[in-house]
Amino acid sequence: MGAGATVAAGAAVASCAPKKNAEYDPAGHHTTEVPKGTMTYRTNPTTGDKVSLLGYGCMRWPTLPKPDENGNIIDQERVNELIDYAMEHGVNYYDTAPVYVQGQSERATGIALKRHPRESFYVATKMSNQRFAGQGLSPQELLKRSQEMYYNSFKELQIDYIDYYLLHSIGGGSGIPLLMERFFDNGMLDFLVKEKEAGRIRNLGWSFHGDVAVFDYMLQLHDEGKYKWDFVQIQMNYLDWTHAKETNPRNVNAEYLYGELAKRNIPCTIMEPLLGGRLSNVPNHIVARLKQQEPENSVASWAFRFCGTYPMVLSVLSGMTYMEHLQDNIRSLAPVVPLSEADLAYLEDTASLMVTYPTIPCNSCQYCMPCPYGLDIPGILVHYNKCVNEGNIPESMQDPNYKKARQAFLVGYDRAVPKLRQASHCTSCNQCSPECPQRINIPEQMQKIDAYVEKLKQGTL
Amino acid sequence: MVRKIRLTLATIFFVCITLMFLDFTGVTHAWFSWMAKLQFLPAVLAINVGVIVLLIVLTLLFGRIYCSVICPMGVFQDIIAWFGKKTRTKKERKIPYTYSKAKSVLRYSVLGVFVLALIAGVGSFVALLAPYSSYGRIASNFFQPVYRWGNNILASFAEKYDSYAIYDVDVWIKSLPTFIIALVTLVIIFILAWRNGRTYCNTICPVGTVLGFFARFSFFHVTFDAEKCKNCSMCSRNCKASCIDYKTHTVDYSRCVTCGNCLEQCKFGALSYKFGTPSLATAFPKPVVIEKPAPKATAKAEAPKAEEKAEVKDPGLRTFLTTIAVGAAAAAKAQVIPEATDKKVDGGLAEIEDKVAPQRATKIVPPGAISLRNMKNHCTACQLCVSACPNGVLRPSTDLLTFMQPEASYEVGYCRPECVRCSEVCPAGAIKLIDVAEKSSIQIGHAVWTAELCVPLKDGQECGNCARHCPTGAITMVAHDPSDPKSLKIPVVNEELCIGCGACENLCPSRPISAIHVEGHEVHRTI
Repeated sequence: MGAGATVAAGAAVASCAPKKNAEYDPAGHHTTEVPKGTMTYRTNPTTGDKVSLLGYGCMRWPTLPKPDENGNIIDQERVNELIDYAMEHGVNYYDTAPVYVQGQSERATGIALKRHPRESFYVATKMSNQRFAGQGLSPQELLKRSQEMYYNSFKELQIDYIDYYLLHSIGGGSGIPLLMERFFDNGMLDFLVKEKEAGRIRNLGWSFHGDVAVFDYMLQLHDEGKYKWDFVQIQMNYLDWTHAKETNPRNVNAEYLYGELAKRNIPCTIMEPLLGGRLSNVPNHIVARLKQQEPENSVASWAFRFCGTYPMVLSVLSGMTYMEHLQDNIRSLAPVVPLSEADLAYLEDTASLMVTYPTIPCNSCQYCMPCPYGLDIPGILVHYNKCVNEGNIPESMQDPNYKKARQAFLVGYDRAVPKLRQASHCTSCNQCSPECPQRINIPEQMQKIDAYVEKLKQGTL
Repeated sequence: MVRKIRLTLATIFFVCITLMFLDFTGVTHAWFSWMAKLQFLPAVLAINVGVIVLLIVLTLLFGRIYCSVICPMGVFQDIIAWFGKKTRTKKERKIPYTYSKAKSVLRYSVLGVFVLALIAGVGSFVALLAPYSSYGRIASNFFQPVYRWGNNILASFAEKYDSYAIYDVDVWIKSLPTFIIALVTLVIIFILAWRNGRTYCNTICPVGTVLGFFARFSFFHVTFDAEKCKNCSMCSRNCKASCIDYKTHTVDYSRCVTCGNCLEQCKFGALSYKFGTPSLATAFPKPVVIEKPAPKATAKAEAPKAEEKAEVKDPGLRTFLTTIAVGAAAAAKAQVIPEATDKKVDGGLAEIEDKVAPQRATKIVPPGAISLRNMKNHCTACQLCVSACPNGVLRPSTDLLTFMQPEASYEVGYCRPECVRCSEVCPAGAIKLIDVAEKSSIQIGHAVWTAELCVPLKDGQECGNCARHCPTGAITMVAHDPSDPKSLKIPVVNEELCIGCGACENLCPSRPISAIHVEGHEVHRTI
């Protein structure tokens, strides 16, 4: 762990007694009650907003099959229930985007929030104009379409000001050139700055994935005083803290991202604290390892408390599809009990263990979908990861559990993904990979999995 | 005793043969495929002299026990007849059957036409009359779907309990015309057997006629003891073959299937199944003039039989059936929904169009079939290979001359390299036994590329899925513009290496028609 992180962690820990393994925590880190009125809030240095440390990510709302069985629609009733419950337990930060959940997230979130006083919550949404870029549109056309998207967010969310507005997922694709096309060449960023001056945007920031040059460039603009970033959204969790490069050499360690922002006193919102559930659905012996330390706390609680331990973290976003997830996360962060130095070291050891597992870093964010050739990319990767975690990836026919593992892999594959949506249908057109915030080389993974399936089927492993 | 032995053996044969048609895992095929090879007509088509001699010797010794034990269609009719008897009123039950005269002219003319068709290589006609393959079509079209649905219900439970022991399988009608034929056959057989027992076996079935001829001379047979007989008529009333005339104390051995029912029914011990030297007198009993007019039942039996023949010969109906099939395909095509290519939001799944079979100049038959002619001349269209194919490749043909015989197409799956199940089950020598290694070198066809459908040229997207999945490395991706090595790549096929397995066709992203498809070879080659 780097020096900067230790300082930050130390600062946080100072306010709270380090938690001992055997000690029972009366603050509510147990599995029965969900605490009310104990949520940890962090203060936004610019606006003074008291933001709940647990933020609601609106990317994974529960869905129902459409009546005509042609796709899915959001289950609004459950969204209302989840948001009511969250509000009741002190969650006041809701993060959505025009493209989430097949474009239905903003509207569903708006409907649910409309039933609460406007001043009782903060809404974050994004400029997802990466969809318009790279198509040869003129800057004017791109600006026009982006503005339409911006105005539409107000309509969908049924609000007249946005609390937190983000340039969505910068650093992806070609990096700097794409950033220039989306926000600088067409004047979109200047337009947003004016909107902020007009009071329709209260905080302006950006979410970052990918090319570190973009991250550094944006901070350089901040340092030079050309633009002021009120907040930045980064991917941070105990695996990406120092091991981001081990999952993909082009990824950036969260330790660096957080450190740079903390240096400038820019608060950060955290995405992927749980890596789309990959940090709760871990191999069984890692579950045992974490549970041994704190038998009554969930595996996921470690991930949330890890993020909450760092003081410049404004809110930790979690896409909670199920009530149980929401309740568990409230237990973890209301209030947060920061991790001790020993705990952090323990997590770091756990992370080093986890990176040895050959899982594919897909967080099921669905950015790659829909695949024009009908593949269910996240479905395929989730199945593969499940088999990795459950030890159902035999390496050779001589493996003692070969027959069982083979059956589990192949039968499970057909159950998880319909045959026509399996990896064998990947054309490697590569329209997906630029969309992937984890920078997975999707066609390569598809071909790898397909070749593996062929070996299992043909019995040539 | 005879009846009990018969029932036991018949149950074993019937259950095992039916299981072969139901099973999709290939487990039963390894164990029971010899039972299919024991079937008379498949043995004749396979020129399996051993089996033919065995069956004839068996018949010469014991009579037509083949029809009561080995033939699944015979046993199937016994089951139907048994239920038919059970459901009758008490009064009706007293006289379920009556003696009727042999319909020799009909029998031998059907056999004659059948042999002619066999020699002329009109496989479709042969297939229509053959008992084993008729049963096979019924089993594969009606019993297999029920079995699979049952399996799928269990599979959904297994999924709930996280067990991988049982898995889901697809259920689909592989060919509508064949389905209709099977349905018509089932209805006819059902009515005949329900009302009159073994009418089909003794009037239409060519195998029954052939074996009946030998059975006349059988060493063991049912004999009358005229001394003991009280002319109570119980034997005649309970003979589902309608071959016992209690008045004259004669049994028509050409029709007797040695079921043993009469032996148990005779309270006076007048009937026994015993050894007796065959004589011309017993073999061809003198026709006895019966005062009563021929029972109604036979007349009724002839009506549906005529119907069945009509269905075979009437080209109008054939056209009608083909029209239905084409109509269904067209309807499927009309439902096609355009692909979601304009990506605006995250998530969701693109619609996938169903594949439609390309027009093949030469049809494809599975490896081991040797040639189209070999398939045409040997296949009885029993559907065992179609039922056994785990990849959805084989389906019954709709062509006139090869009607209901298997052919390959790659819309659902492709002929996978590790599978040789059809060759393992074929009882008729239409698909010869091959192993996985042989299969990899048998050319059943070759791939043909269609430029205007190919994704790199049509959509401007990189692809190469055909080349990636070619098991023999017959497809190479090359830059479509020879002067620009960086231009998008298109597949080129080395026909010398291609074995026609259809991996490329099945996995081609172009829908509904693949940009690369397989043309069959008239005669398979080995590379």
